[in-house]
Amino acid sequence: MDKNQSRRQVASMKQSLFDQGLLDEQFIQLEGLQDDANPNFVEEIVTLHYRDSSRLISSIEQALKERNPMDFNKLDTLMHQFKGSSSSIGAKKVKAECNLFREYCRAGNAEGCVRSFQQLKKEYVALRKKLEAYFQLARQVGPQETACRSK
Amino acid sequence: MTVEKINSDSGDEFPIGMRVLAVDDDPTCLLVLETLLRRCQYHVTTTNQAITALALLREHKDKFDLVISDVHMPDMDGFKLLELVGLEMDLPVIMLSVNGDTKLVMKGISHGACDYLLKPVRMEELKNIWQHVIRRKKFDSKEKNKTSKLDKPTSNNGNGLGSSGVGNSDQNEKLTKKRKDQDEDEDEEQENDHDNEDPSTQKKPRVVWSVELHRKFVSAVNQLGIDKAVPKKILDLMNVEKLTRENVASHLQKYRLYLKRISCVANQQANMVAALGGADPSYLRMSSVSGVGHLQTLSGCGQLHNNAFRSFSPSGIINRLNTPAGLNVHGFPSGVLQLSQSQNLNSNDPLKFQSPMVPVNQNVQGMPMSAQNNKGVISVQNLTTVFDAKTTFPVSNKLPDPRPKITTSGSHTPDVGISNNALILEPRLQGTQGSVRIETLSSSVASQHSEYSLSLLDQGRYSDNWTSTVQPSVIPTNSYPSSECFSQTNISPTDNMASVPLQGGNVSCPSITSLSRQSHDAMTHMPSEGVTFTNRPGHISSNVRFQGWDGHNQDATHHSNNLFGSINSLTAVNSTAVPAGHTAANSALHRNLDFNFCDPLKMKHDRFVELTEETSLKQHQGNIMNQQKSQQSHFSSNLGSLEDLVSSMMKQEKDKMKLLDGNLICDDYSGGLSM
Repeated sequence: MDKNQSRRQVASMKQSLFDQGLLDEQFIQLEGLQDDANPNFVEEIVTLHYRDSSRLISSIEQALKERNPMDFNKLDTLMHQFKGSSSSIGAKKVKAECNLFREYCRAGNAEGCVRSFQQLKKEYVALRKKLEAYFQLARQVGPQETACRSK
Repeated sequence: MTVEKINSDSGDEFPIGMRVLAVDDDPTCLLVLETLLRRCQYHVTTTNQAITALALLREHKDKFDLVISDVHMPDMDGFKLLELVGLEMDLPVIMLSVNGDTKLVMKGISHGACDYLLKPVRMEELKNIWQHVIRRKKFDSKEKNKTSKLDKPTSNNGNGLGSSGVGNSDQNEKLTKKRKDQDEDEDEEQENDHDNEDPSTQKKPRVVWSVELHRKFVSAVNQLGIDKAVPKKILDLMNVEKLTRENVASHLQKYRLYLKRISCVANQQANMVAALGGADPSYLRMSSVSGVGHLQTLSGCGQLHNNAFRSFSPSGIINRLNTPAGLNVHGFPSGVLQLSQSQNLNSNDPLKFQSPMVPVNQNVQGMPMSAQNNKGVISVQNLTTVFDAKTTFPVSNKLPDPRPKITTSGSHTPDVGISNNALILEPRLQGTQGSVRIETLSSSVASQHSEYSLSLLDQGRYSDNWTSTVQPSVIPTNSYPSSECFSQTNISPTDNMASVPLQGGNVSCPSITSLSRQSHDAMTHMPSEGVTFTNRPGHISSNVRFQGWDGHNQDATHHSNNLFGSINSLTAVNSTAVPAGHTAANSALHRNLDFNFCDPLKMKHDRFVELTEETSLKQHQGNIMNQQKSQQSHFSSNLGSLEDLVSSMMKQEKDKMKLLDGNLICDDYSGGLSM
């Protein structure tokens, strides 16, 4: 039925997120923390993350605009924070991009930083969209959704 | 996933209901952490500000069992918080970070963290954190009763225990590396424990190695011959009541390390001097620059890493110290080295700081205090360079101008960098030399308005006390506007080794940024707070932090107090970052603000007096606090406050101190930077 179908859809959506390497075990752990007392825990966390990190993203963008010279330390710091936040929700690809970015920072490679940040932002936005869709559907389906854990 | 840990040692209930304080500036992480902890059935309090956390802890000392803190926070460096908490409250602290670099982990451990977890944190890891609480309690009492040699045996024991703990954790954790930290922690704890003389209570009062005591110690050692000196005999020779064999043993260990360092430094110093060449102001600059480079070379001994103090403990000596000395004090080892070097260099540099306090510029300036003064205060420079390298580097990014930088950087505070620049007091320096130097130094310092960041090596590093504190020296780059040189009096007499020859105001003294400033806060980072002496005339950064020997220093430090007081005040200014605890910190943790140093030199006495007056206020506060805290024996180093640095340095020196006046031996916690 509709519910089942939706549930399956939700499950497969989630599965694909994992398969595509967008999410990692941390996400699973978060789901594990979700329970009756905290039914929308994961969504709350994710929402919180996106709200908080958008501020970081714009700070980084701002900092990237300063080219002469580029303040790598500041960028590194900001990225560090961003990475921490991203890893808390299990954003795997985004985290990988963060690492790349930091490498460029450490190497003092301004171009590299800019490029990698573009990529990072893309991933970030893409994941956000996907998660939004996922949660929307999941909410419709109801709390059982957590039962279908992907590996 | 309820944590049914009721098993094992603790009785019932525990770890359920264990009270945890979680600190993280990132709201996402904090929420996740909180939820995880609640799942483990712990009682959780959260805050996203380190300052708030400290306030909470201070207010309700008994209400928490464990603290989990992020490393990178905007208002205060996680390491600093770590130190402060360890010193003040003696609670187990777990560090959290996304970054799992070995160096960072090492730093965390050096600062006394019980554990270092990587984000994202996993439930399994959190399930085991209660063991840290148990372990600490157990070890505390156990150590007291230990009669065996302090170092190794205890370490072994610790290891043994640690490994069992590790074993458990390994089962659950995949990050063995983190577990290793536990072992290290154990060692640290044990070492710290050794220092306590009272075996029966958990709160072991720390032995404060006053100048007097240290002198006795040194003379006993000399009498016996360094090779033959065994704790028992030393103890007998010293004939001091209430001193236990363990105390002596640990002090001896430090002393030996100190000696090693000195010889290392001496070599380095020579190199540096050569490298630095000509003297003068550019010297400083150069030194800072070259120093840095040299430091690199110097680091040979100590391996200073110029990079952001990641490098720690250049010298093996430091390594030995669990204290972050290695880490934070980049300069420390070098600093120490410097000191010895300075001795050699004495001839070259009039300024040679006797006190190795290498004013490492926090900022890039790295100009050692003396550097400024044309004399080429090589020694100073060297010192600073050494430190600079370490501290400056990280710091260097910071303000190149003489602003008082309290390198309190909330995040990544430069403290680390700075702190390294502990003022290394060269203990070995001959008194006279030292004194001479100091004078010159001060004068030179004064003249040059350069910022010296004295990075006081974390005195804490060496101090036995550190267990967690680690680096009390926080050297906020308080630029000392003027020559407030604190005469770090060659402290011989003082316990605090940190005799940064800053004579009152002259030196634009590296504002030994009161470590205290940050001390509380900075505790974590404190370790090496570079004292930056800026030419600010009024800045006296006193290392309030010295964990110095409480009480003892009180009187002696009278001067220093003043100094520091001013410093504190200065730092206060600077350390905006420093949270409220700042002042308190200054006073509190500094165990000894040994300002005794000033006495001998009396260089710019008047200046000094001024300074002292200012500082005295603080100092007293600090002293009192120190005394109280001394028990804790941890430096609360402010973020980079000089005081911290100084204190840490002092502390360190203290232990090793012994020498004559001028010789600043900064071993141990002599905390107080006697300026």
